[in-house]
Amino acid sequence: MLTLVSQLVIGGADLCAAFLFMFGLKRMSSPATAPSGIRVAGLGMIAAVAASFLYLFTVDAAARPHMMVNIGLAVTALLIGGVGAWFVGRKVAMTAMPQMVAIYNGMGGGAAGSIAALELFGGHTQGITQLVVTLLGGLIGAVSLSGSVIAWAKLDGVIKKPLRVKGQQFANAAVMIASLAVAGVIVASSLGASGLPFTTSTWIWIFFACALVFGVLMTLPIGGADMPVVISIYNAFTGLAVGLGGFVLQNPALMIAGMVVGAAGLLLTVLMAKAMNRSIANVLFTNFGAEAKAKPGAIQGNERPTDASDAAIKMRYASSVIIVPGYGLAAAHAQQKLYEFVKLLLAAKVSVKFAIHPVAGRMPGQMDVLLAEAGVPYDMIFQLDDINDDFATTDVALVIGANDVVNPAARSDKSSPIFGMPILNADKAKQVYVIKRGQGKGYSGIVNALFYSPNCNMVYGDAHVVLVKMIEAVRGLGAAAA
Amino acid sequence: MNFDIAMTGFVALYIFTLAAFAGWVIIGNVPAILHTPLMSGSNFVHGIVVVGGLYGLFNATTPLEQAIGFFAVLLGAGNAAGGYAVTDRMLAMFKTSDAKPKAAHGHGHARVHHLKKS
Repeated sequence: MLTLVSQLVIGGADLCAAFLFMFGLKRMSSPATAPSGIRVAGLGMIAAVAASFLYLFTVDAAARPHMMVNIGLAVTALLIGGVGAWFVGRKVAMTAMPQMVAIYNGMGGGAAGSIAALELFGGHTQGITQLVVTLLGGLIGAVSLSGSVIAWAKLDGVIKKPLRVKGQQFANAAVMIASLAVAGVIVASSLGASGLPFTTSTWIWIFFACALVFGVLMTLPIGGADMPVVISIYNAFTGLAVGLGGFVLQNPALMIAGMVVGAAGLLLTVLMAKAMNRSIANVLFTNFGAEAKAKPGAIQGNERPTDASDAAIKMRYASSVIIVPGYGLAAAHAQQKLYEFVKLLLAAKVSVKFAIHPVAGRMPGQMDVLLAEAGVPYDMIFQLDDINDDFATTDVALVIGANDVVNPAARSDKSSPIFGMPILNADKAKQVYVIKRGQGKGYSGIVNALFYSPNCNMVYGDAHVVLVKMIEAVRGLGAAAA
Repeated sequence: MNFDIAMTGFVALYIFTLAAFAGWVIIGNVPAILHTPLMSGSNFVHGIVVVGGLYGLFNATTPLEQAIGFFAVLLGAGNAAGGYAVTDRMLAMFKTSDAKPKAAHGHGHARVHHLKKS
């Protein structure tokens, strides 16, 4: 009877969770309803986790003697993992969000991989389909775990440069094939194959070791500018691993939640790759920085520097300004100063908009979050497709810490490595100001034709310092008038 | 009577297909401005894996299984709690200019004023 009630309650709670997750994600489609969306999804999570303690009434007879220890372990793990991650998540700076998402993602992948390991070591899988699905889930989960850890290390600056060795792709392929082969051995041994050199559990260890190594090798060579794609793809991987784990455990809530996330991650991956005009395979398997060689002789003219205060005053008397922020703005921690400057322009009746490129930042949409954190209202923030036609009728485009996303070569120069990538048409504004740390090329090493165009002036310096000067210049103007 | 849910091959495929489609459609409607919270939010959703970890840990019989189960619950709980914390924080930051009249610009705000007057 108790078993029956437990099953009923667990089933009900999981159903609620699956529904609330979808409903919550649906509410996330508008900034106005989004905060309630995550809370709704949170309720679903609490219900599912609380109900899963009822599994205690359904455990196998073999596990009964260990029940008290297992409960102790479960509560300890929930407290350490949950409370620890909660406090870190509350404290972490918004600029560090990509590496935070990467690490939480890796945790999910690791958990899914561990569940697969439990099923394999315990020999709980029934039939060949379940075994194959378990192995697949374990593989994807383990790759997601080690890959996300490397992604975190890169984003956090622990690993500074992409590590590229000759023959790396060959090594990657070899490790991948090895893990698949070991998976094949595990399946064969479950079918009663004999004469294998190791026991099944040794093979399982080798399998997970190969998968973890593959995740590391796959992520190491990928450059920082490609991180939006990598984070999205590991999000999809973890979702898939969780979904497959749900199939093995016969838990539809895990299956649904995992697959929804898998599809979401895939969609974001496709969007990011499209925004860089590259295929997903190209991001994962080629070294972008190494192949980017533009001919310096192709561009005529010089970069023309100008003074921060001159640029500020020009914007103060313009009627419309579009600001194109890039990762350099965040790197200089200048978002607050930028909004302070924008508020001065708004007070002077200048129309100001922000134009965001899909890959501005180190993960999809990061620049939007950073601007929101600085206090910029979201109705001033526009995405590429919505604002690109406005540049032609705008007085000033102010580019801060962005480079490749405003390079007109992407439209015109067929020989450029970024040809075909959708860009913000900042060059079409009547006047362009570029705030940049110094002369030299951007992250990808490509010469930016915009900097040499006749309507463009460069303001050299750290974005924070430049914006402070701009604020002073506009304020000084107000004082003089009074 | 038994409330066990049995999902054999094709039923599982139906669930997977429909869930993937639902995810694609729901996420496809999210504007790019919310892509980071969306990603951390969907990150939070796959934290449900902690439920699978708890199931595995409760059924563990050997020290190895207990250790792996502990690891699964630890990571799953971190995934869920951390994902929630950062998503909630980010979403609380998105405000319209209506919320602060000082930055009054654009049609939306003008309309609000008009309504207040009349």
